[in-house]
Amino acid sequence: MTLFQQILTIAICAIGTMTTRFLPFIVFFRGEETPKYIQYLGKALPGAIFGMLIVYCLKNVSVLTYSYGLPELIGIAVTAVLHIWKRKTLLSIAAGTAVYMLLIQFVF
Amino acid sequence: MKIKALKAAFPHTIPILTAFAFLGMAYGLYTRVSGLGFVYPLMMSTAIFGGSLEFVTVTMLLSPFAPVQALLMALLIQARHMFYGIAMLDRYRGMGLKKYYLIFAMCDETFSINCTADIPEDVDRGWFYFFVSLLNQSYWVISAVTGNLLGGFIDLNIQGIDFVMTAMFVVIFLNQWFKEKRHLSSWIGLAVSVLCLIVFGPDSFLIPAMVCIIALLTFLRKPIEGGEDKV
Repeated sequence: MTLFQQILTIAICAIGTMTTRFLPFIVFFRGEETPKYIQYLGKALPGAIFGMLIVYCLKNVSVLTYSYGLPELIGIAVTAVLHIWKRKTLLSIAAGTAVYMLLIQFVF
Repeated sequence: MKIKALKAAFPHTIPILTAFAFLGMAYGLYTRVSGLGFVYPLMMSTAIFGGSLEFVTVTMLLSPFAPVQALLMALLIQARHMFYGIAMLDRYRGMGLKKYYLIFAMCDETFSINCTADIPEDVDRGWFYFFVSLLNQSYWVISAVTGNLLGGFIDLNIQGIDFVMTAMFVVIFLNQWFKEKRHLSSWIGLAVSVLCLIVFGPDSFLIPAMVCIIALLTFLRKPIEGGEDKV
């Protein structure tokens, strides 16, 4: 990617973000009611999006060659179990990341 | 008036300060490990100011140029902000020029505070919202740049720090999961993405996955909404 393409990519991400933040204020500035379908998508999309993002993070992990995705699996398991148990966002993220770092630096 | 609003706003932002110091530094380190100088996290944290998308943007910067995918990704990851906007329509009304910054800087955390905080009667609401937004963004920008700069000096082995992004999405996914009554949408997101990844490969699975997710959510509206109505 050239420098210009990098700047463009960041600008596109900023424009995309601003579109989502400003759109309601532009469309509904008179306080009209939000279409039901949009309200529905607003509730239903987040779960699917975050599931998709987890897969996106793992897209280059190979489960068929060494280390078979094991560090990732263990790191996610630690994060998830800790979070289901303690529900402390920062603790779960920090512990999962630390375990993963130790695994790929010293074990695998 | 401004000082008073700042004093009222600051305590509300302390949890965000802690979170952003950690995540922002991790993000900064991640950009450094990815071979980007401090200007990149500075630009991204200032112009985009949305944690999850900024992490993804780093991946984009290291991949072949794909503007359409970048825009779709930005719109889909940030789509939830539209609903924050709907919730804040009345609160941000009549704020003058400040309103544009308030909307610009409305990340998840800023929205949560400004939407729920009890603002004392004698504090100006507009400036309260403004300082919450400004403080939160400052924490994020400063942490991100600091993380990037420190990454060049500290002789610490940070191989694997990029996993912080995966862990963060696992936690956000679970937080969402705890809130849902039915988990059909979450399952759709995971299953469709894995299938598309297998079929289309790591470099081109996102757009088919996003299209399939929107289509499935539209077709399955009745069962998904039916689940939400039950208490």
